[in-house]
Amino acid sequence: MGKSRIRWHIVVFLAPAVLVYTAVMIFPLFNTLRLALYTEVEQSRVFVGLDNFRRLFGDPLWSEAFWNALGNNFWFFFIHMLVQNPIGIALAAILSHPRLRFAAFYRSAIFIPTILSFVIVGFAWKLILSPIWGIAPDMLKAIGLKSLYAPWLGKEEYALTTLALVSVWQFVGIPMMLIYAALLSIPEEILEAAEVEGITGMSAFWKIKLPLILPSIGIISILTFVGNFNAFDLIYAAQGALAGPDFSTDILGTFMYRTFFGFQLQLGDPHMGSAIATSMFGIILTGVCIYLFVIQTRIRRYQF
Amino acid sequence: MNRKTLSAMLLASTALGGAAHAEITLTIESWRNDDLTLWQEKIIPAFEAQNPDIKVKFTPSAPAEYNAVLNAKLDAGSAGDLITCRPFDTSLGLYEAGHLADLSDLGGMANFSDVAKSAWQTDDGSATFCVPMASVIHGFIYNKDAFEELGLSVPETEAQFFEVLDKIQEDGSYIPMAMGTNDQWEAATMGYNNIGPNYWKGEEGRLALIDGSQKLTDEQWVAPYRQLAKWGAYLGDGYEAQTYPDSQNLFTLGRAAIYPAGSWEISGFNNLADFEMGAFKPPVPNEGDGCYISDHTDIAIGLNAASPNAEAARTFLDWVGSEEFATIYANALPGFFSLSSFDVAMDDPLAQEFVSWRGECGSTIRSTYQILSRGTPNLENETWNASAQVIKGAETPEDAGKRLQDGLATWYEPQK
Repeated sequence: MGKSRIRWHIVVFLAPAVLVYTAVMIFPLFNTLRLALYTEVEQSRVFVGLDNFRRLFGDPLWSEAFWNALGNNFWFFFIHMLVQNPIGIALAAILSHPRLRFAAFYRSAIFIPTILSFVIVGFAWKLILSPIWGIAPDMLKAIGLKSLYAPWLGKEEYALTTLALVSVWQFVGIPMMLIYAALLSIPEEILEAAEVEGITGMSAFWKIKLPLILPSIGIISILTFVGNFNAFDLIYAAQGALAGPDFSTDILGTFMYRTFFGFQLQLGDPHMGSAIATSMFGIILTGVCIYLFVIQTRIRRYQF
Repeated sequence: MNRKTLSAMLLASTALGGAAHAEITLTIESWRNDDLTLWQEKIIPAFEAQNPDIKVKFTPSAPAEYNAVLNAKLDAGSAGDLITCRPFDTSLGLYEAGHLADLSDLGGMANFSDVAKSAWQTDDGSATFCVPMASVIHGFIYNKDAFEELGLSVPETEAQFFEVLDKIQEDGSYIPMAMGTNDQWEAATMGYNNIGPNYWKGEEGRLALIDGSQKLTDEQWVAPYRQLAKWGAYLGDGYEAQTYPDSQNLFTLGRAAIYPAGSWEISGFNNLADFEMGAFKPPVPNEGDGCYISDHTDIAIGLNAASPNAEAARTFLDWVGSEEFATIYANALPGFFSLSSFDVAMDDPLAQEFVSWRGECGSTIRSTYQILSRGTPNLENETWNASAQVIKGAETPEDAGKRLQDGLATWYEPQK
């Protein structure tokens, strides 16, 4: 007996989560994908197949905006990978040092911005960097470097990088916490064994700890990737839906928002908006698949 | 208890309940969150005093999000009974989608001229769907004390305007002009569409652009960009990152001498500035040229077609068309000028100054609002971008004109 019996308790226990998840995640997702295949003609919805995508990638009006947003998105991600994750790892390594005092205080202080709302972060940094009321110009003046100050958020060449760094400031706590947890889980015996072999200090970090936390770094990279390509709030809070100056901070999220909901005199086009959302979904899915099937399978895991 | 008596009792209770407090609450959707207190303290009490059965609630959202929020609410069926209408296509789109009711037969509509109603009508003028409330006039507000201190007089021509700016710059105690390009729209609205009508001769140029006989690359459409390109030098340090509230604060704190304005600023500035303010109209290119001002039909109010309280809402809208409303509104919100044909008396000197230009100059509305912002790329949004780029010197006036014309020509038949 037993083998063919349906285990009802599994179905019952899974049902609430599956139902809620389907209603608020899976259904809207597929409905958005479906919406991308329609367009509106004379107040009624017409099926047009892949026409919206042909316009998005074929019509220079749309494709230029799309590639610009995608390029900006990659830059945004690049800054995070280059700045946020190494700093996060360094902070975690310092925090896990057994002789560091006030470690708990530093840990909380660095993590707190993560729980702040984007709106607060965007607004606060806008004020800090403001050429008129901000403390950034005065602080630079105090150390005689006023000439380095520029209205960063208003300059095409700096705005996106500035916002990416603000985002790094906000989220550096997350890689720090994850790596910190990974570092703590490395057994003392391994480190002691290494010490016996003469590997201490920095070389212990590079040769022993870093290889052991590589899987965590992989996870952080993919979380950063997904988070960055879904980003919207910070740009919207700091620069508005038009993502100025001259669309230099326009990322896929703001491009999608503007298209979907409309902006000022521009009326919303839910169908083109969905086409952009679908493309975003495709890009993120591709990125995650590359990670799962190519990178993660090659990372060696150690069982303690 | 059998079913009949039960339903009879229910019926009786609703009837009684209805008689006891037949109170209907109307909700107004608006982007004018600055006006919340004025509605709550002046306009709504005046209406409720005459219509004790109807309660009105004013629930504004942030201006930049209004259109998106409203569309989402209308689609979800959770929007208020009364909808504050943006001019032209935004509202026309709502009407065509069946969200706004036809108000052509409303009694109060008789009090508005055709021009006033044109912003909220179908293209053929057969249906009007919002009751016009107010227009805003563009110009420049200046710090009178600063002008006296520096011995400056109000500029009439473009040459004089730049002379004044040069003098303020030389003196150095004031920022010549308070405007930033961070939010982009000021550059277009308070820049391009403020000074532009003098070049394209108001309605003449605007209508010629719509029928295709003029192009955005023509001299009269590029010339305003040429003037804007010179503005950059007179804006404060770091104007690239200066936001709209920053500019307002710079001016009302007395740190800047001139503010390219829309008349909607008047009530806010009156509360904040402790110096005397004056206003001058956009300077004309050459001495003796006829002047034109942007007297933009800006705000109206319509009826949500799905409203369950349509009857009460129509009563309110009828009152919006009355002389009483026009007087309260124009005085409670100096700078929002009534569009009705009543001769509304206003107390505010700054508002009087603005409205006096209606007698001297030709009136027009913002060039991009009617019909021309229907397609993709959106001409209004492109104009924001181009104006900001030109002020920063990142694009030449000619390139900006060409880019806008090319964009318009991709979808607008008469411009092809």
